[in-house]
Amino acid sequence: MRDGFIRTVLELAKENKDLELITGDLGFGVLKPFWEALPDQFLNAGIAEQNMTSMAAGMALEGKTVFTYSIGNFPTLRCLEQIRNDCAYHGANVNIVCVGGGFAYGSLGVSHHATEDLAVMRALPDVAVFAPADRVEAAAVAKAVVNYPGTCYIRLGRGGEKLARETIDHFEVGKALPVQEGSRVAIFTTGDIYGEAAAAASLLFQQGIKPGLYTFPTVKPLDEEMVRACARRYDLIVTCEEHNILGGLGSAVAEVLAESAAGTRLVRLGITGSYCTAVGDQKYLRGLYGLTGEQMAERILKELV
Amino acid sequence: MTSEQLAWKICRHDVEMTHVSGGSHIGAVLSVADIMGVLYADVLHFRPEEPKWDGRDRFVLSKGHAGGALYAALAEQGFFPVEELLTYYRNESRLSGHVSHKVPGVDVSTGSLGHGLGMAVGMAIAAKQDKKTHRVFVVLGDGECNEGSVWEAAQAAVNYQLDNLVAIVDHNHMQSLDFCERTLSSAPMARKWAGFGWNVMEVDGHDHAALRAAMTSSRQGIPTVIVAHTIKGHRIPFMEQDILWHYRFPHTGWEYDCAVNALHGCKPAGAEDPYTPNGIESPVLPDENADIFRDHTMGATYEPAWFRLQEVTK
Repeated sequence: MRDGFIRTVLELAKENKDLELITGDLGFGVLKPFWEALPDQFLNAGIAEQNMTSMAAGMALEGKTVFTYSIGNFPTLRCLEQIRNDCAYHGANVNIVCVGGGFAYGSLGVSHHATEDLAVMRALPDVAVFAPADRVEAAAVAKAVVNYPGTCYIRLGRGGEKLARETIDHFEVGKALPVQEGSRVAIFTTGDIYGEAAAAASLLFQQGIKPGLYTFPTVKPLDEEMVRACARRYDLIVTCEEHNILGGLGSAVAEVLAESAAGTRLVRLGITGSYCTAVGDQKYLRGLYGLTGEQMAERILKELV
Repeated sequence: MTSEQLAWKICRHDVEMTHVSGGSHIGAVLSVADIMGVLYADVLHFRPEEPKWDGRDRFVLSKGHAGGALYAALAEQGFFPVEELLTYYRNESRLSGHVSHKVPGVDVSTGSLGHGLGMAVGMAIAAKQDKKTHRVFVVLGDGECNEGSVWEAAQAAVNYQLDNLVAIVDHNHMQSLDFCERTLSSAPMARKWAGFGWNVMEVDGHDHAALRAAMTSSRQGIPTVIVAHTIKGHRIPFMEQDILWHYRFPHTGWEYDCAVNALHGCKPAGAEDPYTPNGIESPVLPDENADIFRDHTMGATYEPAWFRLQEVTK
């Protein structure tokens, strides 16, 4: 997903000399094609995320469309106020790219777990928030944010994600994408945990339940229409995200459901409790929070009884 | 309008603006008024009737709490009516206490310290990339230089050889609660910037000829910083170097009357006062209870046992 996203940004940059990519001294083995092809549209800001973000805002105010690139929490939490004041408040065309949402850098420890990013970015007015499921969604998001005015946040997986679909006919910011329609239960998922959600859907199908499955490449603005339509159609909505249960997709969906008086039950699957002190890879850490396909299928079956 | 006239008018407007609104930071405005006067009378290229003119020099007031000085300069130069200045801080006004880019002539909103230099660096990079010849000016406070992000940006400006960037540090040695040296010392200020690789000029920040010369000079391939030695509260003796006036506004009575008359005592020829054209004839004077010429610094009453506060260098 990461590589596909950068490839797409590179293609877009070749057509647009005002498109700029700035890295916070990360992207070894990923960004080389970009700096080799377009050295005048590439900067390494060094290990200085606050300045990277202010600089990006300054360049955007001069007419550039700027991508900032880093991993985990560095492009967001480290420079939150620069995003708020310099980028978002000025309506600056700055697209903040985080590689490695959730537990993608699991073994590296809690400093590298981006597990509150969606909530924090979602709370900022005038910031759109994206978490594509796979490389196809990531490419679509890359194209969309270049033309989307103002500041965007894009959370990416590191690679090897399961494809939700081969192509997207019509991608629109703020629209969820159905993978399959179903009955009784709808699974909403955002980001690269889609693979686990899809596995859960397959396991449920083996048990005679065909769940609806929807990806939310845009977390904000949320596709409220889709949430309400699913609330009418299904008995249960399950949100699935590799993110703290507070403030992410599940919370966003809960807000819509609470105000729509739909009466549909909601189960939010995500990271709960204290910071993760366990050491392990992404798959292992997902398992500690009930976020593997098997665990989610089991939980959903229980909820449907 | 000469820079001296403009600087004086900035002071006069801001005494009125803070008096009417109860707004803060008159001490910071008085400190930076000469810098702003020289910039807006003699140095910056701009078109008031076309605020977004692409050939304009860019200006960032990174110490956004001195926004009243920028608003007064812009109004005097015709970006918006001078009468609007008295809406400062008011409901439905455009003139927020800290600088707002919603005001004609303002490129960048500030107010949280440590953002402006980074944004100015980005603007200067964009100008270089697009082969534009305008310059980018940014004014920082010395207290602001506590912020680590200032030094991130300082490294970047040198790294990208931004000789189209001029930073001016309003070095009045005071911040919020005390003198800088007794808070989180940035001394030696000039040597720090030099150590980062900047072209450093040190000037008297109230000497217009010196400011003008420094602002119009540059060195190829490196950014310029002007460390402008200033006095917080300059032009109004009872406000000078009294931290009280970082937040306090001139109240009705001796504070306002004496502030106005202090300004009239140093009014350059040709500068007109729209509020009190001839000063105040029978001013209220401070009595023995007036909070004046007292030490309001934190260091006056703060005596930690385990370390010694730095010496103040005024």
